[in-house]
Amino acid sequence: MPGTHAPAPARQAPRPPGPRRARGGRPRPPLLLLGPAVLTAAVALLPLAYLVVRAGEDGPAAVADVLLRERTARLLLRSLALAAAVTAACLAVGVALAWLTVRSDLRHRHAWAVAAALPLAIPTYVAGFAWISFAPQLAGAPGAFLVLTACSYPYVLLPVSAALRRTDPAAEEVARSLGLTPWQVFRRVTLPQLRPALTAGGLLVSLYCLSDFGAVSILRFDTFTLVIYTSYQASFDRTPAAVLSLLLVAVTLVLVLLEWRSQGRASYSRVGGGGQRPARPVALGRLAPVALLGAAAVAVLSLGVPAAALVHWTVVGASRGLPLADLAAAAGTSLGYAALGALVTTLLAVPVGLLAARRGDRLPRVLERISYLGHALPGIVVAFSVVFLTVRYAYPLYQRTPALVLAYVVLFLPLAVGAVHSAAAQFPPALEDAARSAGARTAEVLRRVTLPLAAPGIGAGAALVFLTCMKELPATLLLQPLGSTTLATQLWTETGVAAYSAAAPYAAVLVLLSAVPTYLLGVRPRVAGGGPR
Amino acid sequence: MTSLPRRLLAALLTAGLLTTAACGEQTVDERIAEASEDGELIVYSGRNEKLIGPLLEKFEQASGVDVTARYAGSAELAAQLLEEGGRTPAAVFLSQDAGALGAVQEAGLLAPLEEELLAKVPERYRSDEGAWVGVSGRSRVLAYNPGEIPESDLPQTVFDLTDPRFKGKIGVAPTNASFHSFVTAMRVSAGEERTREFLEGLKANEPKTYNNNLLVLDAVDKGEVAVGLVNHYYLLEKAAEAGGLEKLTARNHVFPGDDPGSLVNVAGVAVLKGNESGDARAFVEYLLGPEAQTYFAEETKEYPLASGVEADLEDMPPLEELQGPDIDLSELSSLQETLALLDEVGLT
Repeated sequence: MPGTHAPAPARQAPRPPGPRRARGGRPRPPLLLLGPAVLTAAVALLPLAYLVVRAGEDGPAAVADVLLRERTARLLLRSLALAAAVTAACLAVGVALAWLTVRSDLRHRHAWAVAAALPLAIPTYVAGFAWISFAPQLAGAPGAFLVLTACSYPYVLLPVSAALRRTDPAAEEVARSLGLTPWQVFRRVTLPQLRPALTAGGLLVSLYCLSDFGAVSILRFDTFTLVIYTSYQASFDRTPAAVLSLLLVAVTLVLVLLEWRSQGRASYSRVGGGGQRPARPVALGRLAPVALLGAAAVAVLSLGVPAAALVHWTVVGASRGLPLADLAAAAGTSLGYAALGALVTTLLAVPVGLLAARRGDRLPRVLERISYLGHALPGIVVAFSVVFLTVRYAYPLYQRTPALVLAYVVLFLPLAVGAVHSAAAQFPPALEDAARSAGARTAEVLRRVTLPLAAPGIGAGAALVFLTCMKELPATLLLQPLGSTTLATQLWTETGVAAYSAAAPYAAVLVLLSAVPTYLLGVRPRVAGGGPR
Repeated sequence: MTSLPRRLLAALLTAGLLTTAACGEQTVDERIAEASEDGELIVYSGRNEKLIGPLLEKFEQASGVDVTARYAGSAELAAQLLEEGGRTPAAVFLSQDAGALGAVQEAGLLAPLEEELLAKVPERYRSDEGAWVGVSGRSRVLAYNPGEIPESDLPQTVFDLTDPRFKGKIGVAPTNASFHSFVTAMRVSAGEERTREFLEGLKANEPKTYNNNLLVLDAVDKGEVAVGLVNHYYLLEKAAEAGGLEKLTARNHVFPGDDPGSLVNVAGVAVLKGNESGDARAFVEYLLGPEAQTYFAEETKEYPLASGVEADLEDMPPLEELQGPDIDLSELSSLQETLALLDEVGLT
C-alpha cells in the first residue's frame, strides 16, 4: 500500500544532492538480487549469440555485402523515420491525454483514462486490417503511421499518467502564483518532471515500431523488418537476416544509450511522510469542448475503427454460427501461454528492475539495458534463435511450452523491467536502509520492505507482458507445441484464406481478453510501465 | 493493493501449470518414437489448415494413421527445417511453392522419393534429384473484362502491357507473393534489364494497385480495370461461389508460348531424411492419388499434376498445353532482388 501513497519527487529541482549519494559508502548490490539479474541479462543475450554465429558463417565479405546494399540503408532510414514520427506523435497524444485525464476537469475523466489505455489490447495486425478495409487509400506510410500511433501511444500515456499523479502540485501552484501562464507552468515546471517517463515511454514506442511487422505488412509499407522477413524467403540463406538483425540490435543499443544519457541524475523518490495533496484539477473553461473533441477523436481512431470492423465481420460470421468450442479451446491455450510468459518474464525482470532503480553501481543499469536488446527484434528472428538453441542444447524442450516461453521472455522483458523499475524508484531507498539498520538481513528486507512496496509495479509489468504475449504471432506459430492452437494463430489461419468473417470472432475474443489486464492498467495507471528512472 | 499483484501472480501460475498439464507434453524424441510405433505422422504444412485439414482427415480415415500438423508460412517452415538441421520431428513437408522445397533439398535434408511416385508427375513439376514432387499447379494469367477489351485485342505477351493503350486499365497486386514470383520468373528468363524496362513501362501506365489477387479480379469483373495480373484459380473460385462462370463477366487469358506472364508454379511435398516411414510414403502416395488430386481441382481449382486425373477447369487449357517460361522452379527463390527492383521502380 505505501508504494502508491508515498510517491512524489523528493525535490522538484532536477539535480538535487540525493541522500544516497551524499552519504557515500553505500552498500553494494546484494548478491541475492545481482545473481538472478545477471542470469536475466544472459537470457536476453541468447538470441544475439545465435545471430553472431549465423552472421559470421559466410565470412566478413558476406556481412559487408549485406550491410552495403543500397536497399538496406534506405529501408533502415525509412524505418527510423517512421519510428521517429510515430514516437513524436505518441509523445504528443500520450502527454495530452495523460494531462487531461489526470490534471484537468475534463468530464468523466476517469472513464476517459480507461478508454485511453485500451488500444494496448488491440494487435497492430487487427488495427491494420480494420483500417485497410475501411480506407484502402491509407495504404503506405500514412496508414502505418496512423495505426502504429493509435496502437502504441498508451506506452507513453501510462507512465506519464503515473508521473503526473505522483508529482506534488505545490511547485505548479507556486509557479502560477508567481504569474506564469498555464502553458508556461506546464512547459517549465510540469514537463521537466515528466522527462524520465517520456524518455522511457518513447523508447518503448520506438523499439516497438522498429520490430513491428503486422501493421506495416498489412498496410503495404516496406520497412526494415520486411527486409529481414523476406531474406528468409529469398534464397533461404539465413546469413543476411542475421546480419540485418544485428544491425537492428545496434540501433537499439544507440537508442537505449541515448535514453540512458537523457535520464540525468535526478532523484524522483519522495522522502518523508505525509499524504501528497491531490492536485486541484485545472479548469479547462472555454477549451473544454475542444479537449473533449480531441479525446473523442483519439478514441474513435484507436478503438472505434477496429471495434467497428470486428463487430461488422463478427455479425457477418455469426449468421453461419460461431465455432464456440474451437474459440474456447484456443482462448484457453492463449491464456495459458500468456500466463506462463508473463509469470516467467516478470520473475526474471524483478531483480533487474529493483537493482536498476537504485543509483550507484553501474552494473545493474548495464544489465537493465541489456534486457532491452531483444525488444526491437522481429518475433521471427527470436523464434529461429530459440529453435537453433533448443535443438542443439536443450532438445528435450524443443517444441514444448518452455521454448515458447523463452521466446516471450526475450521479446518482452523490457515491459516488465520498466514497470518494476518505475515502481521501485517511487519509494525512497531510505526505507530499505532503515530496515537494514534495524538489523534485518538482505532477504528479510527484500521480503518485508522492497517487494511489498514494488508489488504494484510487478503486477503492472506482469499485466503488460501478459497482454503482449496474447497478441504475439510469429514466434508462437513456430514454437508452440505440435497440434496446439491459440487465438492469434487461428486468426492467422482464417485470414490466410481471406475468411474474415470466420477470423473476426477470434480477433474479438483476443481483444476482449487482452482488455482485462489493460483495464486494470488504465484504472491504476500510477503503477504502470516505464516510469521514472 | 498489495494483494492484487499477489493474486495476479497466483492466477498466472495456476493457469500456466494447468496448460502444461493439459497438453500432456512429450519431448520431440518421445513423439518421434511414439509416432513410429502408433502410426502417427507429423507434418509441417506451409499450406493453410482450412485447405489441408480436411484432406488430412480423409487420409487419417483411409489409412488409420494419426496426422499432427504444424502450420506456418512455407518459407518460415523451410527456415525452421534448416535451423533444425536434420533433428526435426517432422516426417513430411508440404509447401506452397517449389522454392522452399528446393532450399530444404539443397541442404541435404530430404529423403529421395521412389521412382514409382515421381513418375506420376510430369518431369518439369518435380525435383531433378527426385527429392520432392509437385502435387498441384497454378498458372499466372491475364484476367480481362470482355466489355472493356475484346478478346481479339488481348496482348499476346505480358510485355505488351506497357503499351500506352493500357494506360489506367491494368490492375495489379504488387505486394502479393504470386506477383513477386511472376517478376522473379521474368528476371530469371528475360534478364534484369528487360524486367526493369517492363516494370517502368507498367508503372508509367499508371496501374491500379490492390491488396490481393481477389480484389484485382473483382475490379476486372466490375470493369474498374480492363485487365488484371492474377493466378488462374481466382476466377474459377469466384465462379463456383457465384453459381457458374456465365454469371461473371471476367475471363482468363493465358499468354501463349514461354511467356513469363504464364508462369506455372506448384505446391509440393517432400519426406524428411531420418523420419522416413511407410506412413510418410503412404501420405505422399495419397496426395498423388485420385481422391486428393480431385480435391485440389474441386476445392482450389488448381491443376492436378498426377497422371490419370482429369481436371475440368473451365476457361483454362489442359495442363499439357500450359507452357510458361523455361526455368527451374527452385530458382524462384531470388526474391530479394525482385523486391529491390520493385522498390526502385516504385511499384509497391
